[in-house]
Amino acid sequence: MILPRSEGELVEAIASATSPLLVKGGGTRMIANAQGEVLDITGLSGIKLYEPAALTLVVQAGTPLAQINTLLADERQRLGFEPPDLRGLLGRDGVSTIGGIAASNASGPRRVQGGAARDAMLGVRFVDGRGAAISSGGRVMKNVTGYDLVKLMAGSFGTLGVLTEVSLKVQSIPEAEVTLVLGGLDDAAGLAALRRALGSPYDVSGAARAGGRSYIRLEGMAGSVAYRAERLRAQCDATLVENAQSAAIWADIRDVSALQGRAGDIWRLSVLPTDAAGIAVEILAAIGGDTLRDAVYDWGGGLVWLALPAGADDAVRAAVNGRGAAIKLRGTGAAPFAPQSAQVSALTAALKAQFDPFGRFAAQSPMSQKVIP
Amino acid sequence: MEMPRPNSMILSRRAQIVAQLRAALPAGCVIDDPMETRVYECDALSAYRCAPLAVVLPRSTAEVAAALRICHALGVPVVPRGSGTSLAGGAMPSADCVVLGVARMNAVLDTDYENRFIHVQTGRTNLSVTGAVEARGFFYAPDPSSQLACAIAGNIAMNSGGAHCLKYGVTTNNLLGVTMVKMDGTVITLGGPWGDGFGLDLLGVVCGSEGQLGVVTEAWLRILPKPEGARPVLVAFNSSEVAGACVADIIRAGILPVAIEFMDRPCIRATEAFAHAGYPDCEALLIIEAEGSAPEIDEQLSRIRAIAARHNPIEFTEAADEAQAKRIWLGRKSAFGAMGQMGDYMCLDGTIPVSQLSYVLRRIGELSTEYGLDVGNVFHAGDGNMHPLILYNANKDGDLAKCEALGAEILKLCVQVGGCLSGEHGIGLEKRDLMPVQFTPADLEAQMRVKDVFDPSWLLNPAKVFPLAASAARRGDT
Repeated sequence: MILPRSEGELVEAIASATSPLLVKGGGTRMIANAQGEVLDITGLSGIKLYEPAALTLVVQAGTPLAQINTLLADERQRLGFEPPDLRGLLGRDGVSTIGGIAASNASGPRRVQGGAARDAMLGVRFVDGRGAAISSGGRVMKNVTGYDLVKLMAGSFGTLGVLTEVSLKVQSIPEAEVTLVLGGLDDAAGLAALRRALGSPYDVSGAARAGGRSYIRLEGMAGSVAYRAERLRAQCDATLVENAQSAAIWADIRDVSALQGRAGDIWRLSVLPTDAAGIAVEILAAIGGDTLRDAVYDWGGGLVWLALPAGADDAVRAAVNGRGAAIKLRGTGAAPFAPQSAQVSALTAALKAQFDPFGRFAAQSPMSQKVIP
Repeated sequence: MEMPRPNSMILSRRAQIVAQLRAALPAGCVIDDPMETRVYECDALSAYRCAPLAVVLPRSTAEVAAALRICHALGVPVVPRGSGTSLAGGAMPSADCVVLGVARMNAVLDTDYENRFIHVQTGRTNLSVTGAVEARGFFYAPDPSSQLACAIAGNIAMNSGGAHCLKYGVTTNNLLGVTMVKMDGTVITLGGPWGDGFGLDLLGVVCGSEGQLGVVTEAWLRILPKPEGARPVLVAFNSSEVAGACVADIIRAGILPVAIEFMDRPCIRATEAFAHAGYPDCEALLIIEAEGSAPEIDEQLSRIRAIAARHNPIEFTEAADEAQAKRIWLGRKSAFGAMGQMGDYMCLDGTIPVSQLSYVLRRIGELSTEYGLDVGNVFHAGDGNMHPLILYNANKDGDLAKCEALGAEILKLCVQVGGCLSGEHGIGLEKRDLMPVQFTPADLEAQMRVKDVFDPSWLLNPAKVFPLAASAARRGDT
């Protein structure tokens, strides 16, 4: 195992490596089945800068999420993109780090309103496969200076370089939060209710469905939240859940608690909200499942989590084909990248060759995936 | 501004290049009459002009691909163009280039309110995207000041922002997917209406790449439901520092207004003389806008009022009706025009950490005195995106050079305090040679490697973004 204590040591470690490296933060979101000598980045930890009045945080990549959450909470702030804790779902233990969150673009229910991790990432520093330390973006909210390599690194799972530092936009914790809970609807009607809410002017910050119930979240100033909840309730039959109880519902949605501890494979689908129910039903019909038990819908239906028995790959690919993207996060052949078109695969391979020409991070290559015929 | 010497081989083959383009494209799509190509000699950075070799105005993705294939085969540089509103010279031609304009491709291909996206050809103007969906209560959030004229193609190339991005983000946060033609004529789709494709975020790196990676011909854009209403307040202060502190306190209190705009005295005076918006004669003023239903706006503005009161404003005016709201925005929206009345100006757009606001404003004042050129400041205070407007006289010998030198000093200052060279206009030609102020050679090399992947022959908008010396070998300029 290699444990660099500084960016300089990391540069040295990569430049002198002769075989593939397995980049590891807390190990909670790593690519399953990846191989290589462990390059542990938890030695690169600490807060570099925190300006609450500028909503800006700069941290080293190995900094634990829990430490960041505590620091922000003390100033009544938080990471707006609500990074999920997938340890329960993926059967991992360890300490989640911000580098892993950035490298996997880990984004929770609030993506529908406040954006994903990639949208909150203002800047990165990373070391590429040649051992060059590279900076992109910065620490300010608006920045179009040069190419946006920040986005390229977000969700690249360490295939192009090792993150050493991440700048983030943070947000204030709103004073009030309520969730509208809608029961007694089937998937089609329950998801349609979420789409209606997202299409309303009431600034919905969460729209999910699990266990036969649909959930709609509102956050903000107390008076505003109460007003908007009333307006939405006029459109649908819902009970109201407030503050801590509401937060608990969204922690469960975020971490996909409903599918934790299930045997078989865990799948993640990105589809059009109007296609979500149909695609889930099609897959589950093919393998004899049931959406009430096996599916969790987030992002108004744009994100579908499925717990499926092993070997459902063909059923998933057939249902999603041309209508979105699907990845298997847990199970045999699990990988964070979906098959891409021939042209996109070629660009991906060429970028990989530029940033990691010696295959230092080859165990996690996005090109090991199939190409869509 | 130095431009590479035009390639004489290309210039000498002008007739052949135009003939091949004419043969491949429908009648009226290729312009080579010097009288007509002059229309394309500059964008909104009008201090620099150069007519291109020819202009092509395709009507479809297939025609864009056909034009690019020909230019690629003949080794002719291509400068993509949306509406030509770039303030950074992003669409500025060279004598040996073909300008590829997408302005004729302005159709709406699909609107999907349930899934909240619109699919458009990228020649469509920013404001007309909102125009296509507002009857159903939706809008497209990024709102650059040039939104009446600027095209989505240019918005994507420059990752454009606007006054309301404090709440809604910039183009990259509202872009779901694109159809793009690479320099070799290959048509690719990145992302799509469903957003996440579980691959490398190529869409994210294409957005803001200043037309150097491909020509984006179609885009899926996120549309949002319109808030029930909006109301601005005007807050005037006797000191820029106090105004800056007020902005910090509002953000710190967890209030996120949809816009916080800042104007300083030179800018206020110029706009008053021009637009008569009724602004007080003061050192600094803020325009803060709240959104929502009437009671929600009341709730937010009452808190803003309480915070502002702690800073002893000399005026706090809440728009009582639509007419007054318009008047409050009038001065801000005509600020550039008003400064233009006073003479030629250069508009910078460096971004700074908001905590550095007062220091930077003071330093800009000192630099302005030192260089003997007036500078007005009007900017998006919530996100630190400055817009210093430097006044100069284009007809006075040496004034432009002096203005550019002052501009460079101000941008270096922005980087020095932890900010960046450009918040929303892009680098283009204008700030190309300042890139080493913000980036190391390794940083620039990494960016250029991305261009190597998408455009190995470096024919797309080649002499922009990177310092000429840094990109010389790749451009074959030896």
